[in-house]
Amino acid sequence: MTDVQVPLTSRKDWQSDQEVRWCPGCGDYSILTAVQLLMPDLGVNRENTVFVSGIGCAARFPYYMNTYGMHSIHGRAPAIATGLAVARPDLDVWVVGGDGDLLSIGGNHLIHALRRNVNLTILMFNNQIYGLTKGQFSPTSALGKVTKSSPMGSLDAPFNPLAVALGAGATFVARTHDMDRPHMQEMMRRAHAHKGAAFVEIFQNCNVFNDGQFETLTTRANRDDMLIPLEHGQPVRFGKEKEKGVIISSDGAAHIVNVADVGEDAILIHDEARPEPGLAFMLAHLASSVNEPTPVGVFRAVETTEYADANAKQLAAAQERSGAGDLSALLHSLPTWEV
Amino acid sequence: MTDVQARPGTSGDAEQVDHVVIRFAGDSGDGMQLTGERFTTASAVFGNDLATLPDFPAEIRAPTGTIFGVSAFQVQIADHDITNPGDAPSVLVCMNPAALASELHRLEPGGTVIVNSDEFDERNLTKAGYTENPLENDSLAGYKVILVPMTSLTKESVKESGVKPRDAERSKNFFALGLVTWMYTRPLDATLTWIKERFGKNEMVMNANIMAFKAGHAYGETTELAGNRYSIKPAPQTAGVYTSINGNTALAWGLVAAGQLAKLPVFLGSYPITPASDILHELSKHKSFGIRTLQAEDEIAGIGTALGAAFGGQLAVTTTSGPGVALKSETMSLAISLELPLVIVDIQRGGPSTGLPTKTEAADLMMAMYGRHGEAPLPIVASFSPSQCFDAAIEACRIALKYRTPVILLSDGYLANGSEPWLIPDVSTLPDISTTFATEPNHVNETTGEPEHWPYVRDPETLARSWALPGTPGLMHRIGGIEKEDGSGNISYTPENHSHMVDTRAAKVAGIAKDIPEVAVTGDAADADLLVLGWGSTWGAIVTAVDRQRAKGRKVAQAHLTHLNPFPANLGEVLRRYPKVLVPEMNTGHLAKLVRAEFLVDARTVSKVRGVPFTAAEVEAAIEAELERKL
Repeated sequence: MTDVQVPLTSRKDWQSDQEVRWCPGCGDYSILTAVQLLMPDLGVNRENTVFVSGIGCAARFPYYMNTYGMHSIHGRAPAIATGLAVARPDLDVWVVGGDGDLLSIGGNHLIHALRRNVNLTILMFNNQIYGLTKGQFSPTSALGKVTKSSPMGSLDAPFNPLAVALGAGATFVARTHDMDRPHMQEMMRRAHAHKGAAFVEIFQNCNVFNDGQFETLTTRANRDDMLIPLEHGQPVRFGKEKEKGVIISSDGAAHIVNVADVGEDAILIHDEARPEPGLAFMLAHLASSVNEPTPVGVFRAVETTEYADANAKQLAAAQERSGAGDLSALLHSLPTWEV
Repeated sequence: MTDVQARPGTSGDAEQVDHVVIRFAGDSGDGMQLTGERFTTASAVFGNDLATLPDFPAEIRAPTGTIFGVSAFQVQIADHDITNPGDAPSVLVCMNPAALASELHRLEPGGTVIVNSDEFDERNLTKAGYTENPLENDSLAGYKVILVPMTSLTKESVKESGVKPRDAERSKNFFALGLVTWMYTRPLDATLTWIKERFGKNEMVMNANIMAFKAGHAYGETTELAGNRYSIKPAPQTAGVYTSINGNTALAWGLVAAGQLAKLPVFLGSYPITPASDILHELSKHKSFGIRTLQAEDEIAGIGTALGAAFGGQLAVTTTSGPGVALKSETMSLAISLELPLVIVDIQRGGPSTGLPTKTEAADLMMAMYGRHGEAPLPIVASFSPSQCFDAAIEACRIALKYRTPVILLSDGYLANGSEPWLIPDVSTLPDISTTFATEPNHVNETTGEPEHWPYVRDPETLARSWALPGTPGLMHRIGGIEKEDGSGNISYTPENHSHMVDTRAAKVAGIAKDIPEVAVTGDAADADLLVLGWGSTWGAIVTAVDRQRAKGRKVAQAHLTHLNPFPANLGEVLRRYPKVLVPEMNTGHLAKLVRAEFLVDARTVSKVRGVPFTAAEVEAAIEAELERKL
């Protein structure tokens, strides 16, 4: 095997010559910066990297990366990326989309990409609103949300994106937010390294149609008390003094407690590698709104068969068994007669 | 009613006939499709020309004995070149009363009906809607009736095999096959070999089927169904090796061949749908060719995964039927905008909506032409016979790759399931359809002075864009569904550019006319009073009808289109050459509307939307009527 040399690159090498056209102050800028700064550290070639997106504000992302890219159809990015990743397992395929793109019109493709465990790194920018169509409620908007299309409040119960991903059998599920670049990059790095479908929810501020939606969680002043960092093998604790924690009580549910009340030993130890998704599912449901302490980090990371790999093995096994395909032999494979 | 039951002791030689049309009909569970296919294969191997028409219900297993559960298989075998499964059958095999009730009207006057008399009990008669037993009154007068107690004879004959009495009668289709094999002097070997291969894993069932088949044959032989044995000589055919093939298999093999000829791996993204699923099944067997098949979560993902694979440089295909084409429409428009090669196979069936899923129709032509948003032209190729689906598939792939465009390949349920003998081509004679990928930058960035790749730089001859694959160093680029500037591919919303791109995409497709054969005119090309213009599976019936009309002294010419967008370059001139143009179509007049709009000719439609193909007689009647119409 030849040693593939990956040339050293900088952020500039990963930037395309296209002018970025998001609204000034959009959270997408900080995500783009995080990705462009991270790429030189991932040990990958630009030419082997492909960003595939659907439609929406987030979906403009590929135009700004100096890689291969496709800006496709609303909702269809996971399907298109699946075809590319299966056909070309040598490529590094990323999917970028918003909550409307990936959970509403594209919800079906997302869950099937996840359950197939195709090698994709999926970044879902969740701003809980439709931005490009100018401010309708999205599938992650809270019940009662007042928007242009719901003047008396939305009647739609929202999706919990991580619970959807876990329910679909996703093998890697993480959450981060656009105000913390190092954390975002760590989640992206982990997602990229994962062999299989990796789903990362990024809380992203839409400063035009849903400004400050995540402020209760993400401002520096609120973070310690409102974000619960998940670290593999560590007790699930948060607060300025790590005075709060999560326990699984005898009713089978996760609860937030004062560590002093229950003792350190009672605090849940996070295990992202548990084969069954129950614990991750419980943590995904710990907060029911942005007003409650919300876990961030890697919820689940388990290694299992990757689709394109399994597909390639079937092809190799078929060739092993019957040799490389012989067209003439195929055309003579049904009963024949000679005239 | 002529009772020609067993007359022991008499003997008679087989009478020679030039063709026969046999229709096997029974309950969905009676194995009629299998019986028909085996009879077809035996006849093909014997050297007859043939054409088949499977006709089965949409229900997987309809309630036993009902009319809507009747499954039929029609085959014409001949000692000469034929192109269709025949109009009215001359022999009808009926396994139960429902089959008789449902199919008798098709039988030609004086035709032979072979009846499994065991099944004509009160219960089955009631289910079939009979108040009286048709075998016991004069309702079969005018037909030659052969009553054979097939169920009981089958049970008796398979006793030795050890199958349970309940299962024994399941071999009765092989009894029927054996009987018809005797009647038409077919060789037994091909069928026996097949039974052994197919049922070899279950010796008891294999033996039962062999016993039933031999018993059916012996029944003909020993009871001497005098005056009921025929032979049909092999048809004179071009020398070579033949196989009997249906349209879906031929189409799937065409895709395999296209991958080899293009030197590209084939990728099929597909969602199961009748009558296209067999292509997915067939291609998924051929992984040794490096073919990837992905059974997607829906029709949209079927074409979506294929488009992703196309972006990655594979020969990408999606297969479906009409409802699936509707769902794929948005992605086809994206593929047109991205200018990536992609083949969309539409095995048409009766519509709208679920329509007649197992019956044939060709009413998707307008959808193929115009069924997308925006100005979204794409090339359309249509196959015209089961075996020709092989060539049509290669042609669709050739155009897609050469012009970087999605191509729709139209077939239909009749071609998909119908079989005919096929002279297997020498693979070395198949066309090279390989394409080239960009390997070097084709532009220098005006600002940075760095070399770069512009994805929409075009070949001046074909207008095909430069195709650089992910993984190629230095050629990174982004493409998308937003209108882009010609050349650079950068987003552009300028009026001039959009107008230019609409025109360019249209000119690219129109230009393919220079790269396809002119339409050939057969028959009375020089002085016909009428041209019959066709496309798709109507070909077989039209050829026969035109031949018969010419034999009757009428001046008729024929032209058949394999390319529907763009049309062959000479089509307008050909249409204007004749005083009358008649277009038989399995729709309400799609092609006729297109040629009227395009060429301002008074093309007339003869339409059939009954779920079954035209018979030659119907086309003949339409030709006669049109010839008599006063101008």
